[in-house]
Amino acid sequence: MKKKSINLLSISLMVLMCCSCFLPSAFAGKKDDTLNIAFSKELETLDRYFNTAREGIVIARHAYDNLLYRDPVTYEYKGLIAKTFKWNSDTEMEISLRQGIKFHNGQELTADDVAYTLNFAANPDNKVKTQRYSSWIDRVEKTGTYSVKIMLKKPFPAAFEFLSGANPIYPKDYYLKVGTEGFGVKPIGSGPYKIVEVIPGQKIVMVKNENYFKDSPKGQPNIGKIVWRTLPEINTQMAELMTGSLDWIYLVPPDQAAKLAKVPSLTVTPAETMRIGYLQFDSANRSGKEHGMDNPFANLKVRQAVNHAINRDSIAKNLLGGQSRAVYSACFPSQFGCEQDVKQYKYDPAKAKKLLSEAGYPNGFETTLYGYRNRPFAEAMIGDLAAVGIKAKLMILKYAALREKSRSGKAQMQFLTWGSYSINDVSAIVSHFFEFEADDLSRDPIVKDLLIEADSSIDTAKRKKLYSDALKRIADQAYWCPMFTYVSNNCYSKDLHFTPYPDAVPRFFQAKWK
Amino acid sequence: MIVMVTVSLISFMLLRVSGDPAISLAGEGASNEEIEFVRIQYGFDRPLIIQYFEWAGRALHGDLGNSPYLNQPVAQMIKERMGVTMTLGVCALSFAMILSIPLGMLAAIRPNTWIDRIALSISVMGQAMPSFWFGLILIIFFGVHLRWLPISGSDTWQHFVMPTIALGYYATPAIMRLVRSGMLEVLASDHIRTARAKGLRWPKILFKHTLRNAIIPVVAVAAVQLGFMLGGSIVIESIFALNGLGNLAWVSISRSDLPVVQAIVLFLSTTYIFLTFMADIFNAFLDPRIRSS
Repeated sequence: MKKKSINLLSISLMVLMCCSCFLPSAFAGKKDDTLNIAFSKELETLDRYFNTAREGIVIARHAYDNLLYRDPVTYEYKGLIAKTFKWNSDTEMEISLRQGIKFHNGQELTADDVAYTLNFAANPDNKVKTQRYSSWIDRVEKTGTYSVKIMLKKPFPAAFEFLSGANPIYPKDYYLKVGTEGFGVKPIGSGPYKIVEVIPGQKIVMVKNENYFKDSPKGQPNIGKIVWRTLPEINTQMAELMTGSLDWIYLVPPDQAAKLAKVPSLTVTPAETMRIGYLQFDSANRSGKEHGMDNPFANLKVRQAVNHAINRDSIAKNLLGGQSRAVYSACFPSQFGCEQDVKQYKYDPAKAKKLLSEAGYPNGFETTLYGYRNRPFAEAMIGDLAAVGIKAKLMILKYAALREKSRSGKAQMQFLTWGSYSINDVSAIVSHFFEFEADDLSRDPIVKDLLIEADSSIDTAKRKKLYSDALKRIADQAYWCPMFTYVSNNCYSKDLHFTPYPDAVPRFFQAKWK
Repeated sequence: MIVMVTVSLISFMLLRVSGDPAISLAGEGASNEEIEFVRIQYGFDRPLIIQYFEWAGRALHGDLGNSPYLNQPVAQMIKERMGVTMTLGVCALSFAMILSIPLGMLAAIRPNTWIDRIALSISVMGQAMPSFWFGLILIIFFGVHLRWLPISGSDTWQHFVMPTIALGYYATPAIMRLVRSGMLEVLASDHIRTARAKGLRWPKILFKHTLRNAIIPVVAVAAVQLGFMLGGSIVIESIFALNGLGNLAWVSISRSDLPVVQAIVLFLSTTYIFLTFMADIFNAFLDPRIRSS
């Protein structure tokens, strides 16, 4: 009996010893001044000009600097690499550069680097993937060691926005030497963090740039090291956060974020983002004209009925939660020119039914609602539509497949979202969807003319008025059913001081340990 | 060969009809001109059949093309990640064997008793539970609550413990049932009866005379199971963030990186066919009756 007990004890001890071997060697965080963060998506390259992912924007804000910086609170443009910047005319900008800024390899940043980088990005032959951010630039000329002139193809009022949000400056000599492929895995910038290790598909390690220039409007980096991991599964990210192996994750679904909020060691901050959700209708009736389909959405009253049928407030409050709110104008409220005084279609099923009846659909009709994400939201919309007699079948497709269907004029009602590339200007949304480009399903020449004029004016008041008129007409004609703003649930360690902003670009260079 | 061609052709066509890869590559909000540029640049504008034969011709010469998304040779990407998937597959198969053979033996020694029922229940649970769910349960229990094991990554051997259990447990019932039925059959045979009559010790009868005969079909089935596990690692690798072929397949599907998906399908189907072929040969080697037939 005694021998049996001793054997049992030995086995138990062995198991315990084995288990102690399993314990992770080091936990993340404050103790070793290492911020461990995770994103779902693997970046194809760290060259910002050759990736279009949000993760690419985040890396770029840390490793590189732009000419300008947009204050995330006041939305004021400040010089970053630029010391001063001004318009010489509608199509010429003059910029003087700060002296003494160094790239991570120790080389000084001069006008040569600025002119080379921006001319490279603007040249279509270089096939950069972010053409839309730089296609407005005609050429950049060096006017001195620390000064450049940017010549525009035509007046482009969002130039400051694009110089601050996109178009980072690269070291000319290094980029010429290693090319985009070499730069994509071993980049060098002048930002607050320098990239020291890249394991594709697994992690990127950044360390604080000790020589970052002192009067940068970005501030000085505080945390010594950032380890960026790629973890595709949100459940895995959550588990790692709960064990302390990660210090920060975001884009956590609301129900999961509510669970994390109950964990004492974590903070959950639901922050509103610039992404909005909306329904887009085939108002121009391409499905009818080109494919012979019966299209109820060509009728204004039907579009208005849908606008009245959707309970935006309920979806925003119950499904998105946090700071999400209903929107009625086809833009994000903080964007320049986002007119809020537009026709508002409040939730009113009775009015929706009346409008349907007036449109010739007293018993409603059958249709298809296409979407590519957020199935629960789409199901809530289908419920609201069913309540007024519109029997919508839900069809969730891959983004590429939906885009193909939409641009071929076969989708009559789509649930879409748009993040405006985090650009705080309505041209990043309405000009994309209402200027007769591929995604314009309303094809209204009045709206188009208003927007084109607004897009090419640098007179702020005039632009505001033109965008206002365009947005009012979009609402009057119910070309869209704008619904709600999205929320990004930032979940992070209680030890971390972190502030999220509406552009959904986390700024770890401002984060610090408590 | 016919199977490989059929698999590659079907997967090629299915991937193409699931959406325009040029739209995915061009990114959200790309204009028609940008999409058209990508389409021409990567040859997606040509007829599907031409695209297929061109790809197949290059693949026969060992050139699996480049990933348009990561701009890297696909063969290199597969080579870099193959080790993780193979390690996981072999570990999972070993785990499945270690669990299912004793269970099968126990069930066969005491057929139709509570021991048999428990052994069968333990094994069937593995097949009844979706592997992603079981994986998450393991993470919550061993990773979050007990903190015994790392949750994600593939840096150390500890990282493979939970994925091995999650993947291997699924294969347990097939092997366990085979061991059980094989053992029952052998235990009822004349030579075992003779061995018992001779007074041989029970463990010797069990391991030397029974298991050795009963395990022959198991060894062959194990090779096929390994093929299943390599394919089935897609879900497990993405849950545990193992940087293997399964994870690569998953992210490549989500971003319509067709050359990569196509190459992984070809690689896995070839491996599966090879393993099945090896299983047949091994079977024939172990069992002279198969050789003579």
